[in-house]
Amino acid sequence: MTLKPFLEVKNLNVAFPTEDGLVQASNDISFTVARGETLAVVGESGSGKSVTSLAVMGLHDRKRTQITGQAFLNLDSGPVDVISADDEVVRKLRGKAMSMIFQDPMSALHPYYSIGNQLIEAWALYNEGDKAAGKKRAIEMLDLVGIPDAAKRVDEFPHQFSGGMRQRVMIAMALINNPSLLIADEPTTALDVTVQSQILQLIREMQKEFNMALILITHDLGVVAEVADRVNVMYAGKIVESGSAEDIYYRPDHPYSIGLLNSIPKIGELESKRLVAIPGQPPSLINLPKGCSFRARCSFTDRVAGNLCATTAPTLENKTTEHFSRCHLTEAELVKARTEIGGR
Amino acid sequence: MLKYLARRLSATFLVITLVSMSVFGIFAVLPMDPAALTCGKACSPAVIEANRHRLGLDVPVHVQYGRFVKGLVVGREYGEGAAKFECPAPAFGYSYNRHECVTTLIAEAFPVTLSLAVGAFILWLSVGVSLGVLAARKRNEWQDRGATAFVLIGTSLPTFISGILILLFVALKFNLINPLEMGRWVSPLEDPVAWFRSFIFPWITLALLYAAGYTRFTRSSVIEISSEDYIRTARAKGLNERDILRKHTLRAALAPIVTLAGLDFAGLLGGAIITEGIFNLPGLGRLSIRAVLNDYDLPTILATTILAASFVVIANLLVDILYAYIDPRVRVAS
Repeated sequence: MTLKPFLEVKNLNVAFPTEDGLVQASNDISFTVARGETLAVVGESGSGKSVTSLAVMGLHDRKRTQITGQAFLNLDSGPVDVISADDEVVRKLRGKAMSMIFQDPMSALHPYYSIGNQLIEAWALYNEGDKAAGKKRAIEMLDLVGIPDAAKRVDEFPHQFSGGMRQRVMIAMALINNPSLLIADEPTTALDVTVQSQILQLIREMQKEFNMALILITHDLGVVAEVADRVNVMYAGKIVESGSAEDIYYRPDHPYSIGLLNSIPKIGELESKRLVAIPGQPPSLINLPKGCSFRARCSFTDRVAGNLCATTAPTLENKTTEHFSRCHLTEAELVKARTEIGGR
Repeated sequence: MLKYLARRLSATFLVITLVSMSVFGIFAVLPMDPAALTCGKACSPAVIEANRHRLGLDVPVHVQYGRFVKGLVVGREYGEGAAKFECPAPAFGYSYNRHECVTTLIAEAFPVTLSLAVGAFILWLSVGVSLGVLAARKRNEWQDRGATAFVLIGTSLPTFISGILILLFVALKFNLINPLEMGRWVSPLEDPVAWFRSFIFPWITLALLYAAGYTRFTRSSVIEISSEDYIRTARAKGLNERDILRKHTLRAALAPIVTLAGLDFAGLLGGAIITEGIFNLPGLGRLSIRAVLNDYDLPTILATTILAASFVVIANLLVDILYAYIDPRVRVAS
């Protein structure tokens, strides 16, 4: 039996009005995540990864953001659309039904309050009980995320913790009320490489422990390969490819994904070989040009019949049942492209 | 913490000592003879010399300083026999123009200045901080624009203009204060209503200037802190906006204001010369300015200067200690 996905995002658009025009940061995003499942969202800076998740969390300032579309949380009590729901309704889902951890643990904790204080505060929002009970739970959580000597360290302040330890604290705080959905926004980017895999491992363990739906936002394809069930590749505010981790790795169906994979250095290659980069810059998100957003950086536009890439924006179409791509190239051409630039 | 405190206390003491020495030194090299200032126009050299001896000005300057310090601790006697005059500790000197111990003059003036400073402080802090928070929360809305207008008016009107305007066009025009009673000190313990009435307009005058600055400072501080990552974390936890503001934003945003407020308050304790002048308040500011302009009353100037400097130095110390209490990072580092 396939479970109904916990989060269902449908045609989500997020735009920021600015003096220069409307910045279309997230463009017609649809995806689902079930409990126990890990969805990785990949893309470069400014591709709309974080903007989309912040919209799901209701963390955008509504006065300065235009959000349309739907994002349903399928709670036990029934589905709630967090986009159209009242601010107060969404607030009471934050920290309880859905939680988020952020990129930079150095600045994500309040410097003036002890770790315990901040954990207890999160706990007290959704639990009855006195401070002692909250503290007991806080220590329990710190213990669970691998903070040594948690009973003592609970009274210490964020600046007394290392980056990796702070991220563990953030995870403990996010999970203290057993959320069903965890959004991890580049949780390892700001950390040392050696600590990165520990934190990733921890997130995986916690996901199993709490049976959570996990959205992992990252630009590290190595991380994706390690943990993801499914992958959304984002470019210029749109999902350009979506599929299982295997599909994306072995049968990438979008020139951008192919380029991304190709830019990873491979062990065993000649040291002198230069890394392959995707040429050019992502387009400005104000007044996106007609046609395909990736066109200016794509080396295969000439293989598409007519001037289609410049005139018509490709739609997200399924190549196989669970594998979607936003490209005008035919499957045969894509297979050719894969071997040409990827050598896979 | 105790070690830090001891170090800071001794440093504070050292600064005050250095300030008193330099003020003392400046007066020693001034091209005027305090002894000559003590008697009127028809003065014989013999009288001047006698006065010089009576006031202890006939010894080298370091000996004078030593006596000054000793006087601070145990009190001091001037002259001999029938002309003997005693100033009890802490003796800041003897005002030969006012024929009074300087300590007595200060003791009379200080409650006035203290009343002025405390009232204005409370007023400007509450107005400035709340208006600043409001402006930050309602950024670019009419509340914010209103606050900006207030800031502009408050900072660009000097107290000698705003004070006179308030005095003429509000206080006197609507008979809110009796001009004959201006400048009469009423203790709040004896008649709180009269005390309040004699200070409300000076408070408003001073607070207008400071509140404007605090509004601007609070506004930018709150806006800055609101965009911090840890505020987003607080929101992601599910806290409501009121608790985020109260517990998370303000705690961090108001920390630098503590420093500012402490020093501004201490500065005012040294005397608000212009405001005291306009409203004829017999405080330290008026005492200093009279001592400088009318009397060349060196002992009084010396005392008010040392006092004003001490207030600032001590406030600095208190603010630093308070800061360690507010910010745990400072606590551990010290």
